Amino acid sequence: MIRKSGAFILFLASCIVVFCFTLLHAYLLHDKSIDKIALSKGLVRDLALTDLCIFTEARYTRHPSMADLHTPFQDHPTAMEHFPSGSLLQPPAHLQSHGMD
Amino acid sequence: MEWIEKQRNVLDFTLSSILRRKSKNIALFVVFTAMVFLLASVLFFTGAIKKEASQLLRAAPEIVVQRMQAGRHTLMPLTAVDTISAIRGVSKVEGRLWGYYFDPVVGANYTLIAVKDALPGTMVIGNGISRARGLYKDDMMTFRTYLGDNTAFMVSEILSAESELVSSDLMLISEQDFRNLFGMKEGLVTDLSVTVKNSRELATIAQKIADILPDTRPIIRDEILRTYEGAFDWRSGIMVVLLSGSVLAFVIFAWDKGSGLSAEERREIGILKAIGWETSDVLLMKFWEGAVISLSSFLVGITLAYLHVFFASSVLFGPALKGWSVLYPHFRLTPAIDFYQVSALFILTVMPYITATILPSWRASTIDPDAIMRS
Amino acid sequence: MIRLKDIQKTFNFGSSNEYSAVDGVSLTVEQGKITVFSGPSGSGKTTLLSMIGCMSRPTSGRIWLQDREITSLPERFLTHIRRQTFGFIFQQFNLVKGLSALENVILPALPGGENRKKLSESASKLFAIFNITERQDARVEWLSGGEQQRVAIARAMINDPEIIIADEPTAHLDTKLSREFIEIFSSLRDRGKTVIISSHDPVVCDSPIIDRVVSIRDGRLQ
Ligand SMILES: Nc1ncnc2c1ncn2[C@@H]1O[C@H](COP(=O)(O)OP(=O)(O)OP(=O)(O)O)[C@@H](O)[C@H]1O
Ligand SMILES: [Mg+2]
Repeated sequence: MIRKSGAFILFLASCIVVFCFTLLHAYLLHDKSIDKIALSKGLVRDLALTDLCIFTEARYTRHPSMADLHTPFQDHPTAMEHFPSGSLLQPPAHLQSHGMD
Repeated sequence: MEWIEKQRNVLDFTLSSILRRKSKNIALFVVFTAMVFLLASVLFFTGAIKKEASQLLRAAPEIVVQRMQAGRHTLMPLTAVDTISAIRGVSKVEGRLWGYYFDPVVGANYTLIAVKDALPGTMVIGNGISRARGLYKDDMMTFRTYLGDNTAFMVSEILSAESELVSSDLMLISEQDFRNLFGMKEGLVTDLSVTVKNSRELATIAQKIADILPDTRPIIRDEILRTYEGAFDWRSGIMVVLLSGSVLAFVIFAWDKGSGLSAEERREIGILKAIGWETSDVLLMKFWEGAVISLSSFLVGITLAYLHVFFASSVLFGPALKGWSVLYPHFRLTPAIDFYQVSALFILTVMPYITATILPSWRASTIDPDAIMRS
Repeated sequence: MIRLKDIQKTFNFGSSNEYSAVDGVSLTVEQGKITVFSGPSGSGKTTLLSMIGCMSRPTSGRIWLQDREITSLPERFLTHIRRQTFGFIFQQFNLVKGLSALENVILPALPGGENRKKLSESASKLFAIFNITERQDARVEWLSGGEQQRVAIARAMINDPEIIIADEPTAHLDTKLSREFIEIFSSLRDRGKTVIISSHDPVVCDSPIIDRVVSIRDGRLQ
């Protein structure tokens, strides 16, 4: 019968191996993703895009960097949000600096 | 060799101890794993999205100039193109024509952009729209113009699924169609994108633009990038709720575990001392007890988080991220593991847990060995 | 051979409830013999045993183990001596619940860094000596009183100590088991071990196997 400590060390070692596989996976995918990034980057350049398309619900969440001072979440940096995504994003940096004075 | 044998012997005993209190320790393992999973998922997700944002948006316009009127941005007259072009160091100024269209059929917002090379009557759509509306190449989609009448565009192309992170909700149409759809007069654009000769002069040029055209607001690319660096930060509401909940559960568990050294555990420590274990041996045993639970939870949790974020597209965060969005992009993030963050997570979870296991035993392990003779 | 000189143990020294549990005991415990400390409850037997077994220190007086003076040794050395030289059998046996008999028996030897296989072998030998081989993988709380008692003795023997200390070992046993217990001690003596027992059980004190009975009352020898 295998010792308990042996079984545990085996378990821990296999966990570490699996974790290392994820690191390896990340590393390998990094090279593969260069094409994908280049493709999207080309779109950004050609279409002069300014934002990621993550939240499409409102214009200030769709294009947070283009938002103006009077869109909802710039009223106050800790204002309660109507849209949940508004609480995942912060007001753009350039608004935070001179938006508050 | 003796040292290793000693560790293994003590570990054997610790494991037997842990197996004795199976349900309690399984519960601990599950809570601990869930917490690491959640924290690591957030770290992986935000890390990857920030990295991708910083890579992609490096191609964004160097300066975007918006015109402000009564606190909102308003259309920019094309005459500003010449004004800005005249500034020294500016190499190119172009008008951007874009806006939003609300589609009542599915209740989604689309981003419409006028592009030069589009044929009138046709459009290129993002993969998200294709999915939401079931629109494919050569299908027609009807729009309501500003006048209230209908006009239809034919899908000429669908943007690739790989680019969804930037293009999911895009609709690219010709400039003429754009102006007809929204009633936007010639000579006006949404905003301007400015390219400069020497990127070191960006700030100076932006300042000059603001001086010459006081009703405009230049937005520098760095500011765009910084906006995304700040996104999904610890301050973010939902993340905080999510995380504080799990951290709280963890703290309660650790506290219970730590402070609640049961009478039985105390007695056991007494027995060990009485039969010849040193204080350091008892603490070694407690160290292993904490390490067994926390190390396995950490490794399992972090691996599950990786699978969750990079293979299952963060499904569990879906509801929080989607919010009210009808159109939510499907994107596979490029795995990015930040060693600094992983080690921070390790130090913030495994270390406190081991400490919480050892510390309360400290006092128990220093009791006089003869105390057990009177129990 | 263990030599005690003017041993005194005072609890709560200097406070109002100061109490001398052992008061000026001098005695020599011979090697390879069974010695019993007998006396009424509260007379200081346990206190004396714990000092002899290096579990606690006397308030004053000295103890020699062979030729070594142990009262002034630092804690670490005491633990070491305790593990090497003494095997303890407690009144309640104090086995660790939830572990198997085998795991309990090897417990005192674990921190020594001995190879696990060798430990299991020595434990098996002890199980064979005490006739409980088939119970060695059973959890201790499933064992009968007599079996638990033998597991406790086996545990005291695992480090092959020269001296075995048993505090009221028969308190929870019936007469038959108590007799068996003394038989086991006699066999240990035959193998050269020194045995020190505290007890007020007549089955123990009056047994012909015992070499010497030391009577204690109120912390003094009688
Ligand atoms: N830690 C302590 N603090 C104060 N008094 C103590 C302490 N330990 C023991 N005593 C007292 O010392 C006296 C001797 O105790 P001890 O346990 O040695 O007696 P005993 O002869 O073993 O009795 P019994 O047969 O009941 O086990 C008792 O009166 C007890 O109350
Ligand atoms: Mg006693």
